[in-house]
Amino acid sequence: MISTDIAVIGAGPVGLFAIFEAGLLKMRCHLIDYLPQVGGQLSEIYPKKPIYDIPGYPSVLAQELVDNLMEQAKPFHPSFTLGERIEGLEKRGEADFVLTTNMGTIIEAKVIVIAGGLGCFEPRKPAVENLENFENGKGVNYMILDPEKYRDQKMVIAGGGDSALDWTIYLADVCSELTLVHRSESFRGAPDSVSKVLALAESGKIYLVLNSNLQAVHGGDKLEQVEIVQNRTMEKSMVDADHLIPLFGLSPKLGPIENWNLNINKSAIEVNTDDYSTNVPGIYAIGDINTYKNKLKLILCGFHEAALMSHSAYSYMNPGVKYTMKYTTVNGVAEF
Amino acid sequence: MENNITLYMQEPDGSVTAHEAPTDMGLSLMEFLKASEYDILATCGGMALCATCCVDVLEGEEKLNEMTDDEYAMLDTLPDLLPNSRLACQLQLNNNMEGLKVKLH
Ligand SMILES: Cc1cc2nc3c(=O)[nH]c(=O)nc-3n(C[C@H](O)[C@H](O)[C@H](O)COP(=O)(O)OP(=O)(O)OC[C@H]3O[C@@H](n4cnc5c(N)ncnc54)[C@H](O)[C@@H]3O)c2cc1C
Ligand code: FES
Repeated sequence: MISTDIAVIGAGPVGLFAIFEAGLLKMRCHLIDYLPQVGGQLSEIYPKKPIYDIPGYPSVLAQELVDNLMEQAKPFHPSFTLGERIEGLEKRGEADFVLTTNMGTIIEAKVIVIAGGLGCFEPRKPAVENLENFENGKGVNYMILDPEKYRDQKMVIAGGGDSALDWTIYLADVCSELTLVHRSESFRGAPDSVSKVLALAESGKIYLVLNSNLQAVHGGDKLEQVEIVQNRTMEKSMVDADHLIPLFGLSPKLGPIENWNLNINKSAIEVNTDDYSTNVPGIYAIGDINTYKNKLKLILCGFHEAALMSHSAYSYMNPGVKYTMKYTTVNGVAEF
Repeated sequence: MENNITLYMQEPDGSVTAHEAPTDMGLSLMEFLKASEYDILATCGGMALCATCCVDVLEGEEKLNEMTDDEYAMLDTLPDLLPNSRLACQLQLNNNMEGLKVKLH
């Protein structure tokens, strides 16, 4: 079990800045994100785009901002659970909360900060018969967390975007057999990746099945075969496979947070703008996930919310202790 | 009116709603649908980066501009793309679109 002062749900820019603000007040943070990497929308949707409205940066690439936020938070040694989605939230005893993830990880915290942005980025699933029967460890996965899991295994990847191409290139040397299925006959991914994939197919290292879609999956307790249909001829074929990874990008869904008895308005959590607390004492919501009059879904507004939340969380955790605000220019950043 | 067109939306229950849409305000179809309170996320705000504004064009496909590489590349990531799917944010409303009929993907 993980035990911390503040559990931050969501490792987007606002969750990452919350670690720094909490750290200045000597509170420890543990961050949880369903994505395998930190950065939220910035790393997932637009890592290479410049952002122009972060104070002090005339222009900064989204991923560079995320890297800098991680660097800034480093003195406070945050801990992370990545690639897991928070499913359950329970209030235990007088003050403590217990969070559970879809993989069974348990996190105990004195304060919960929901920085979940637009919600969980969930994989777009293809309409394939039986697919869900083979999820949860039976062969179908939508993210690759540990490529070593696929060593010497038979694998099918589906999709035509950059992640399908990148993983095909990487796993060509890892899997015993690798098939890439793509709906059209050309790829629009990075030209370098496209030529690498075509070269792998030419040399027989991978099977490339173009103009085709996934149709069905077959097996007993575990996945055994993937059925593919040619778009034009409608001809069907079977590929032996231990694993199928459909990589069709991610789409945000509010998900489990909706069921936590928080006041929700159009998929966003209502907060008190004094300190960004929710209707449940000890639970705060900052960044894109909250709503209030004149809310702007901007990174800089989320940063401001993180600062006010931290001071309120400090008072919540230390009732009766008076904290006098000091500038970082006075105190510096005292590592712990 | 000269600077208005009629757009038709097929609702989830199959019924069709007619909308008057302005063509002189530089709106995209995504912005118009959002303003008309359709359940369209448009996470990326119209940068062809999220595909959460995807629509299927039921009538009037020939009235639309060609797809750009960015639009094609984004649509290509969808598992259930139809031949008539488009990103609403990449369709700027203009007078040629009179009578266009779409539904949310
Ligand atoms: C294309 C694009 C361009 C943008 N440009 C700008 C700009 O120029 N300037 C600007 O200020 N803003 C911009 N934005 C908006 C900005 O990205 C958001 O305001 C910002 O990302 C919000 O940060 P956040 O930390 O609140 O949420 P997010 O970045 O959405 O991060 C939330 C994280 O929480 C995780 N999560 C949610 N629920 C759970 C759960 N139950 N369990 C585990 N993890 C969970 C998600 O996986 C996600 O990683 C842009 C957005 C887009 C899409
Ligand atoms: S709004 Fe994101 S692709 Fe159209």
